[in-house]
Amino acid sequence: MVEILTSLFLVIGGAFALIGSIGLVRLPDLFMRLHGPTKATTVGVGGILIASMFHFSSRGQGLSLHELLVTLFLFTTAPVSAYLIARTALHLKGKDVNRRG
Amino acid sequence: MLSASVIFAFGCIAVALLLNFWRLVFGPEPADRILALDTMYINTIALLVLFGIHINLAVFFEAALLIALMGFVGTVALCKYLLRGDLIE
Amino acid sequence: MRRWLPQPLLSLCLWLVWLLLANTVAFGHLLLGGLLALGLPLLTVRFRPELPRIRHAFKLLRYLMVLLFDIIAANLVVARLILGPAYQLHPAFIRLPLDLSNEFAIVMLTHAISLTPGTVSADLSSDRRTLLIHVLDVEDEAGLIARIKHRYEQPLKEIFEC
Repeated sequence: MVEILTSLFLVIGGAFALIGSIGLVRLPDLFMRLHGPTKATTVGVGGILIASMFHFSSRGQGLSLHELLVTLFLFTTAPVSAYLIARTALHLKGKDVNRRG
Repeated sequence: MLSASVIFAFGCIAVALLLNFWRLVFGPEPADRILALDTMYINTIALLVLFGIHINLAVFFEAALLIALMGFVGTVALCKYLLRGDLIE
Repeated sequence: MRRWLPQPLLSLCLWLVWLLLANTVAFGHLLLGGLLALGLPLLTVRFRPELPRIRHAFKLLRYLMVLLFDIIAANLVVARLILGPAYQLHPAFIRLPLDLSNEFAIVMLTHAISLTPGTVSADLSSDRRTLLIHVLDVEDEAGLIARIKHRYEQPLKEIFEC
């Protein structure tokens, strides 16, 4: 039962991480590309970490919850990175416009 | 079944890393490259955790946590550098 | 009480993070984590800006539940948009007028926006009254703003009473 859950989360996590990176390559504009990694990849890694949590908890050496820490950390930092990257892009674009004008 | 899904996830993450690398090399703007690096470190965390499941050993967790911390600091530092032209003001 | 435990919630979080990091509930780690959770806020309380008091813990819990549900839904939506034909997308920048006055509440709102359906918060105006949002596929701009205001901003306003 635990093995099925672990496998399910692994497959979902891997698929979402891949979709996020496909978005990174495929979408035509930087601000659109921001959407893929900040959402799909974060949840993809989250899925794999949850799978790891199930796997190591089922080995009989007590509950293993420390993967939650990485998940929480990623979920709090991903929006900050996205915000900073968007600001950087806006800033660089503004500079270019000023130079041309 | 578990080993099959681990292999599947390995494949997904490997392709994802290659795609990120493509964006890192060809990204037209500096912000694109930062975004690619950011995604790459997140995918690397997934790769490490997967490897931990694969060989049934939980010692890679600390490495994953460190990559998460350092990757975030790296992204912030790069963005700050491009935003202000200086790191330490 | 206030003098020795300036931020009870922060202390609790630090204690839990320590236990998660050590991945055990052994007595030694309970004690060491407790000492750190008491000591660190005392050492750093003077560096921190004034944090808002959380008025309704239950509403915060419900808000986090709504957010988690939205994140999962958002991922399915974004995955479909990424894999679908790209020329059908209508990306746009939207200006969201903010009603929140507290900085911490604004941070919570920008986080919520960045984590949910096809929206990324991109810039906050220097007077903190408008937030620039990038939307991956916009159909109804006014509807989206109303949705964000109703779903995230209103609960945050009630939780922090600002």
